[in-house]
Amino acid sequence: MTENLIKPRDLDWHPQPYAQDYRSTHLRAPAHARLHYTPTSTEMAGPAFGHGMLGDHDDDLIVNYAAAGQSAIGPRIIVHGTLRDEDGRPVPNKLIEVWQANAGGRYRHKKDGYTAPLDVNFGGCGRCITGEDGSYSFRTILPGAYPWPNGGNDWRPAHIHFSVFGDGFAQRVITQMYFEGDPHIALCPIVQSIPDAAAIDRLVARLDMAKTIPMDIRAYRFDIVLRGRSATPFENAMEGT
Amino acid sequence: MGDLKESASQTAGPYVHIGCVPSFAGLSGMYGGRDLGASMITDDVIGQRIAVTGCVYDGDGAPLTDAMIEIWQAAPDGTFAMDGFSSWGRQPSAADTGVFTFDTLKPAAIGNQAPHIMVWIVARGINLGLTTRIYFPDEDNSPDRVFTLAGARADTMVAAATADGYHIDIRLQGPNETVFFDV
Repeated sequence: MTENLIKPRDLDWHPQPYAQDYRSTHLRAPAHARLHYTPTSTEMAGPAFGHGMLGDHDDDLIVNYAAAGQSAIGPRIIVHGTLRDEDGRPVPNKLIEVWQANAGGRYRHKKDGYTAPLDVNFGGCGRCITGEDGSYSFRTILPGAYPWPNGGNDWRPAHIHFSVFGDGFAQRVITQMYFEGDPHIALCPIVQSIPDAAAIDRLVARLDMAKTIPMDIRAYRFDIVLRGRSATPFENAMEGT
Repeated sequence: MGDLKESASQTAGPYVHIGCVPSFAGLSGMYGGRDLGASMITDDVIGQRIAVTGCVYDGDGAPLTDAMIEIWQAAPDGTFAMDGFSSWGRQPSAADTGVFTFDTLKPAAIGNQAPHIMVWIVARGINLGLTTRIYFPDEDNSPDRVFTLAGARADTMVAAATADGYHIDIRLQGPNETVFFDV
C-alpha cells in the first residue's frame, strides 16, 4: 500500500499554547516547544468508525435527549458542511462529535453553575459520520452565549464544539464553530488566542438560506479541513529511518 | 484546491465530557449508554493484559480533573486492526483524583519502533491537543527514533511498572515537563 505522508502542521496557524488573556492556559501550556518528527506508521493510522454505530437520532440534538413527542427549546438550526483535507479532497466515513450549551447558554454538566436553566429535553451532544462526498449534517438548537470565569467580564460567543477524526491519528483535531455576526467573537480570549484573523474567520459558520427549510428550520454552513498530504510517499520500509 | 488550511484548533473546554464521554457526564442512555472507546478489549484475545494508569499535572502540581485522554497503539500482533481489540481508547480523568485508566494489551514493537502507546490530551486551557507517547521500562527503547529524539527528556515518557500494568505521570510544566510532539 502506498500513501503519502501527512503534511506537517502549521503551528503558527493554530492558537498559541500560552495565551495571556485566557487564564486557564497559564498553568497548562507546556514551556518547551513541541518536538517535531515525521509521522511513523503509528500516526499515519487511525481508528475507523462505521455508519452502523449510529443510532437513529444521534445527529438530531433537537430530539435525541427529549421525552417522546417533545423537543428542545430554542431556534431550530441545521448545521452542515463538508470535511476535506488541505488538498481539497473530501474525507469520507469519518466520525464528527459535537457538544454545546442549550439555548440559554447552560451546559448539562455538573461543573456548570450558570444561572440559566437546564432544558429537560436537551442533552447537548450529537454525532454523525461523513458521507462518501465528505458531507455531514446535524440538527440542533442555536446555543446561547454565556459568562465564564476568566478574571473579568468574559462571555463566550455562541459556539458548538467539534471533535473530528481523520484517516491518520495525526489529523485528529478538536475545534469550535461560531456564528456569523456574533460580536462576542472579537471579544473572546479563547477565539483570539488564534493569531491569524483568516484562521478565525474559517471557524465562523455562515447562514445558508439555500439549505434553510421554509417555515421550519434555518441552516448554517461550516466546512472543516484536516491536514493534507505531502508529496513524499510513506512506506512501512521507512520505519525507523 | 491545494490552498486550504487545516481548521484551527480550539480548546475542548471543561465540558468535553458531554460530547465525548456522555455517559460519564451523566447523560443517561446517550448512545446506548456506552461511551465510545471505553472498552479496548472486546473479545477473548491473545496478549498481555495491562492496566495503564496515569495522571496529568499542571504547573502547580495539581492533577487535571477535567481532561480527556485518548490513546492509539499497536496490538500485540503489531497491527492496528487486530480482531477482538481496539487500538484506540478514550477515558476521562477522574473528577476527584485526575487518574485515568486504560485496560489494554501491551503493544508489540513495530519495525524499529519500540513498543509504545500514543497519547493525546485535551482539556480546558489546552489550545491544541497535546501528543506524547508512553514507553515501557522493561523494553529496549534505544532503536526508536522518536524516543531518542527526546534526548535527556525521553525518560519523561517511560512508565513505571505497577502490580497489574504501568503508570505514567504527565507533567505540563516544571523541571520534569513531559515531552510533547508536533507530528
